[in-house]
Amino acid sequence: MTTLLDVRDVSKRFTMGGLLSRKVVAAVQDASLSLDVETPEIFTIIGESGSGKTTLARMILGLELPTSGEISFRGKTVSQRVSRQERLDFMANVQPVFQNPFEAFNPLKRIDRYLEATAARFLKLSQRDDLDAAMDGALQKVGLSLVEVRGRYPHELSGGQLQRAAIARALIPNPPLLVADEPVSMVDASLRMSIVNLLKSLRDDFGVSVIYITHDLATAYYISNRLIIMQRGRIVEMGDARTVLDNPEHPYSRLLKASVLSTEDAGAGKLATDPGMVKLAGELVGKAGRLVDRADGRMVRVY
Amino acid sequence: MSDDLLKVEGLKAYYQMNYFGVRREVRAVDDITMSIRRNEIYGIAGESSSGKTSFIKVLAAAIRPPMRIVDGSVKYEFKGLAVDVATATPEQIEAMRWKHLSYIMQGSMSVLNPIRRIGRTFEDFAARPLGLRGAAFRQRVIGHLERLKLPADVLNAYPHELSGGMRQRVTIGLATVCHPEFIIADEPTTALDVVVQKEVLGLIREIQQDMGSSVVFVTHDMSVHANMTDRVGIIYAGRLVEEGPTRQMFFAPKHPYTAHLVASLPRIGDTAQRPALEGRPPNLAEPPAGCRFHPRCPLAVDKCKTEVPPLVDVANDHRSACWRSADVQPLVAPQAPQAARGVMA
Ligand SMILES: Nc1ncnc2c1ncn2[C@@H]1O[C@H](COP(=O)(O)OP(=O)(O)OP(=O)(O)O)[C@@H](O)[C@H]1O
Ligand SMILES: Nc1ncnc2c1ncn2[C@@H]1O[C@H](COP(=O)(O)OP(=O)(O)OP(=O)(O)O)[C@@H](O)[C@H]1O
Ligand code: SF4
Ligand SMILES: [Mg+2]
Ligand SMILES: [Mg+2]
Repeated sequence: MTTLLDVRDVSKRFTMGGLLSRKVVAAVQDASLSLDVETPEIFTIIGESGSGKTTLARMILGLELPTSGEISFRGKTVSQRVSRQERLDFMANVQPVFQNPFEAFNPLKRIDRYLEATAARFLKLSQRDDLDAAMDGALQKVGLSLVEVRGRYPHELSGGQLQRAAIARALIPNPPLLVADEPVSMVDASLRMSIVNLLKSLRDDFGVSVIYITHDLATAYYISNRLIIMQRGRIVEMGDARTVLDNPEHPYSRLLKASVLSTEDAGAGKLATDPGMVKLAGELVGKAGRLVDRADGRMVRVY
Repeated sequence: MSDDLLKVEGLKAYYQMNYFGVRREVRAVDDITMSIRRNEIYGIAGESSSGKTSFIKVLAAAIRPPMRIVDGSVKYEFKGLAVDVATATPEQIEAMRWKHLSYIMQGSMSVLNPIRRIGRTFEDFAARPLGLRGAAFRQRVIGHLERLKLPADVLNAYPHELSGGMRQRVTIGLATVCHPEFIIADEPTTALDVVVQKEVLGLIREIQQDMGSSVVFVTHDMSVHANMTDRVGIIYAGRLVEEGPTRQMFFAPKHPYTAHLVASLPRIGDTAQRPALEGRPPNLAEPPAGCRFHPRCPLAVDKCKTEVPPLVDVANDHRSACWRSADVQPLVAPQAPQAARGVMA
């Protein structure tokens, strides 16, 4: 077994605020996970807003250094500063789709310029036709086309178009690992399915592994192999996606599943959550506990 | 005062551009007539790039070139202020902002000033309309943030120090702290987990009910529409194709596109794809003739290819723009109870 990605006991602390109000935020605490080269998979991260999902992703991408612990990609550590060339090689292998497409693009730069730069840099293309073909190919995969996008600035696209352009950009280098932070949060259900099906086919047909961060439990169930659920910096449950989601064990995981809105009572204005469940999950915040193995292969944090 | 806070009539708003000498016109809002009542939450849904954001940008008077109102009117009747966005002066629009109307833009977590602490941004926008200062102001803001599940610490933070969902909640906080008469929200909860999302939706509704104000809520998440809104309007290719009371829209849709939309919601337990809509979204620079949905519509007949169906009453308080609205069947019962779902067993 060779590891593609190995995240070992990784923590990240931030200091927030000014001199008088300094506060340390433990954004990620002791996270461990690893992906195999031989079994490409869709590895999903779900969890509380502010629980450290993006921070974990940014550390995997080498954009943020862990406070402690180590991350390696194909045996090489990424949790250290490296040379420019090494960084470029790494980026050809691990591509990000950032959380908010409105922030991901420079508002003053045309979208096709971004795509073109990516194609030129990672695919070493320089001919106009080759560049256009690479861009159009990637855009077609997400239901767009170069004709629609060419010459346009980020603010000239709709939210969903922009989000899809960000995915297309990440696909251009044909990376073996894609780190996608809420890539379908702004598209309708049909498009959402076609994009997650694209991720699925990248895995099944091209051996690409995907770290898929999402708040959408339904697509997580539909495409993931394994998943982790995070609460306030800690992984509270980890395992086979369907095993966990069919029958979540940690109180926060249960609360999460119970909070999914349904259309059953459309029009009745139901927005209440069982206060008992909220309380149960809330009481565990800040407690360390430890992850233990269960017979069905999952790990759950117990206290 | 009438029951309507806002009346939109025959609204057309296009993006008119010149690309290398070629004129291009994107007809993002093409003849929409509707109104928003006092004391209601009106949901807007529709596929990506159908013109939802463009439409509510006009409602929010956030119109910038190359967008232009080509025709129609957008009339508000606030307490003590009547405004037609189509003809309003910049001063009138300024007077309407914050106190009467607030607009949460799509992706707005990116518009927070990056070099100003959150607390300062709250002061900039909310101190004057609220008429509060110092400790009293801070107390009010902290109380408000608490309801959004945000700790008081965020006031000392810079935007980049917050997670995506925290920033999104900050912008919701900014837009609601002054309890405006009209709140326009474009995909305001995309970055929130389902637990926090529910809290935030609950807060918006509470403010709406306390104040008897109105909310226009755009989201792709049909389950949010189901639980949050009083009425839902569906936009397809720049047009309003159906609107009605939320329950009816889900259980007795009268437009084939709505029937598709309310059935398309994936659910936990799905291991196969739900039937997707064939074909691509129409190009708004050259929309199809007749009913714009006809190339993808399972019910389409010849007439649909040439004649535009008008938006007409089909039931009580329910309008649809479809020649065959009487033949539309719901695609599935909106949701089977959990226990009955095979995959869960
Ligand atoms: N640069 C930073 N400086 C200080 N604190 C930070 C920084 N980046 C993140 N944090 C803090 O770390 C915590 C985790 O943030 P992160 O963005 O990883 O959350 P997330 O799980 O991605 O949330 P969301 O679902 O809302 O996007 C938050 O409390 C946030 O305030
Ligand atoms: N500033 C602009 N200039 C030119 N075209 C634009 C501009 N803004 C939007 N458009 C185009 O107008 C159409 C409608 O876009 P709009 O943003 O209203 O869609 P939307 O329904 O909000 O979609 P989404 O759900 O993806 O956010 C799209 O084809 C888009 O590319
Ligand atoms: S008018 Fe015709 S094409 Fe349009 S939605 Fe109705 S049946 Fe379909
Ligand atoms: Mg995040
Ligand atoms: Mg939009």
